Amino acid sequence: MRGLRGMLLGLMVSVGAVAGAKAQTVEIEYWQYVFDARVKAMTELIKRFEAANPNIKVKQTTFPYADYQTKIAAAMPAGQGPDVVQLFYGWLDNFVGAKFIQPLPRDAFPPAAIEKEFYPIVSAMKRDGEYYALPTAVRSLALFYNKKLFQEAGLNPNTPPKTVDELLDFAKKTTKRDGAGNMLSAGITLDFPGQDYHWWRETLLRQNGGAPYSDDNKKVTYDSEAGAKSLNWYADLQRTHKVGQVGFMDEGQAAFRAGRAAMTIDGSFRLGAFGGIKAFEWGVAELPASADGKKANFASYWVNAITTKPTGPKLEAAKKFLAFVTTPEAMQLWLETVGELPARKEAAETEKNLNHPVYGPFLKALNYAHATVFVDELAQRQVSLDMINRVLLQNQDAKAALAEAAKAEQGILDRFYKK
Amino acid sequence: MNASSSRVDARSDARLSSGLGMRQKQVLWAWSFLAVPVLFYAVVRFYPTLEAFWIATTNWNLLTKPSFIGLANFKRLMADPVFWQVFRNTALYLLLGTPISLLLAFTIAYHLDRVRFLHGFIRALYFLPFLTTAAAMAWVWRWFYQPVPIGLFNNLLAGIGIAQQPFLRSTTQSLPAVLAPAIWAGLGFQVVIFMAGLRAIPTTYYEAARIDGVSNGTILRRITLPLLKPTIVFLVVFSSIGFLRIFDQVYNMTSQTSSDPGGPLNATKPLVLMIYQTAFSSFDMGYAAAQTVVLFLVLLVVSLLQLRLLKDR
Repeated sequence: MRGLRGMLLGLMVSVGAVAGAKAQTVEIEYWQYVFDARVKAMTELIKRFEAANPNIKVKQTTFPYADYQTKIAAAMPAGQGPDVVQLFYGWLDNFVGAKFIQPLPRDAFPPAAIEKEFYPIVSAMKRDGEYYALPTAVRSLALFYNKKLFQEAGLNPNTPPKTVDELLDFAKKTTKRDGAGNMLSAGITLDFPGQDYHWWRETLLRQNGGAPYSDDNKKVTYDSEAGAKSLNWYADLQRTHKVGQVGFMDEGQAAFRAGRAAMTIDGSFRLGAFGGIKAFEWGVAELPASADGKKANFASYWVNAITTKPTGPKLEAAKKFLAFVTTPEAMQLWLETVGELPARKEAAETEKNLNHPVYGPFLKALNYAHATVFVDELAQRQVSLDMINRVLLQNQDAKAALAEAAKAEQGILDRFYKK
Repeated sequence: MNASSSRVDARSDARLSSGLGMRQKQVLWAWSFLAVPVLFYAVVRFYPTLEAFWIATTNWNLLTKPSFIGLANFKRLMADPVFWQVFRNTALYLLLGTPISLLLAFTIAYHLDRVRFLHGFIRALYFLPFLTTAAAMAWVWRWFYQPVPIGLFNNLLAGIGIAQQPFLRSTTQSLPAVLAPAIWAGLGFQVVIFMAGLRAIPTTYYEAARIDGVSNGTILRRITLPLLKPTIVFLVVFSSIGFLRIFDQVYNMTSQTSSDPGGPLNATKPLVLMIYQTAFSSFDMGYAAAQTVVLFLVLLVVSLLQLRLLKDR
């Protein structure tokens, strides 16, 4: 529906532009970071947008990821920044606080329509009733498994584990060791700095009845019974069951790619890398549910927002451009070029996509996924890493490790919200 | 600045007799040549350095306007357990790295100096790691340290029936494991400098000593080492600064894939890496500047101390 409306709007605008006797051409600037597939997809979208809106020119500027935030921070106060900008969803508070971006105009982006048409994780872009940004695509987690290793262990390569108990059982059956007990092939990769820290926080913890943060995201709440239970379960994969080992083959995805891990948990963004595997067949499954059937997942995404810079005709052009890059058409293109999932339910959950053996499990997860609200993603990740390292390297008790991590992370949150 | 102005003074003193106009001309010439580097240094070096002292007293986070918060950043630093851990690590890099590398370099240079056979080739071999990019080297060593089945060291250990070692995945072994390639990489440079120092000692001293029947040990202690002092001073100061600023090896061996720079549990994190993370991943510029000020003071004190201790006779 919305797509049709968007296209009609585009059509009307273009007709209007032609009729408007060479209305002045407006140029707006779009910024994103360098990632080949994303730049390619955006270049194509801009081409289509300009074809539909001949009086608007979009100039795309890209920066290396490492400099991206710094460039924006330097350019915006000088009035040099972009009109439409791409940012990681976790940076929103910083950008709103610095007055870099403005609320999405309600006429073009009514909140009620956003809530109806987009996946619920997009609500992380809402502050005081106003939406500030919209994603084109989202990412979620799934279980990748090596069909060849499943077969060798006498498991059916077409029935991946459905529950965490099954996961453990399958992992035990697929782990291989040499005579001295050194691991040769892991049942499941243990890679906390990879995606496991999201798996623990947003999946295992919630499946045990816990929650990582309070509803307003200002309080750390994982220092709990559920926290200890889930962290122990995870750590026991190495401590007790020895079905995985942190650092085995350097990193989880390398172990899986080399055919030395039967299972790994990773994001949809890994599809490109795993696509090159020739030595064995692999499958994708939804993250295993808890024993009582509870499902949870982690989603993250990049969003586009309108900065505080454009006014008048430039603002109108920016609105049109943002509307265009969030149409179902744009999302499908993004899925096919970048491999990221459409952020609109209607665009994502087509028969074809849902039944897709690879996209399907990721898409289903979007309905029950949580997008963690980070205030300083790297610092918060470090807290989690230190926690698991204390448990696995220094044999710290899970409860004590959680208490220490919660205190450290609360400090980060407090410093942020105090400002 | 000091050096340049004293040079000008020296020159103008020498020209005092040739009249004021001449002297002024000289000064003018000198300064016009000096202007470019002085200006460059003022803008690129000194101004940012001074600015860092000011930023250290603000809560600037790149996005919002900085506001003055006094010494709060320094207070936070003193109360930060990570800072003290990092401080300890940095001291360990210095206290282990400098003596070990100098001792190794001197031993190698001392013996290499006597080798005639393939001398140039062996020297080149020692120098080779110094030419290698730190990042590439750190990556190779990182793989050496991996567990079975891909790690070279652990495969060797497992081959002779010794239990695997965690190396980079241990809070106690990781710092020496990171330090080893850093020492190895710097060795070639130190060996070459030591050899140049050894060659500069006039052979007549040795000949005289030999005629007097002095033992090799005494020659080393009484002639070689004392005459090598300027070289030693230079290398101690130079390598100390290097180890105090260690970054590439640590960053490349502990970050990237495991995304835990300076880990595990900050066991390998040096001060420079903490500054980098505070500034460019947390964007906490004020706090990072405060750490920079501390590093500056540490470098200053250590260098002055070394110069003082080693220069006095």
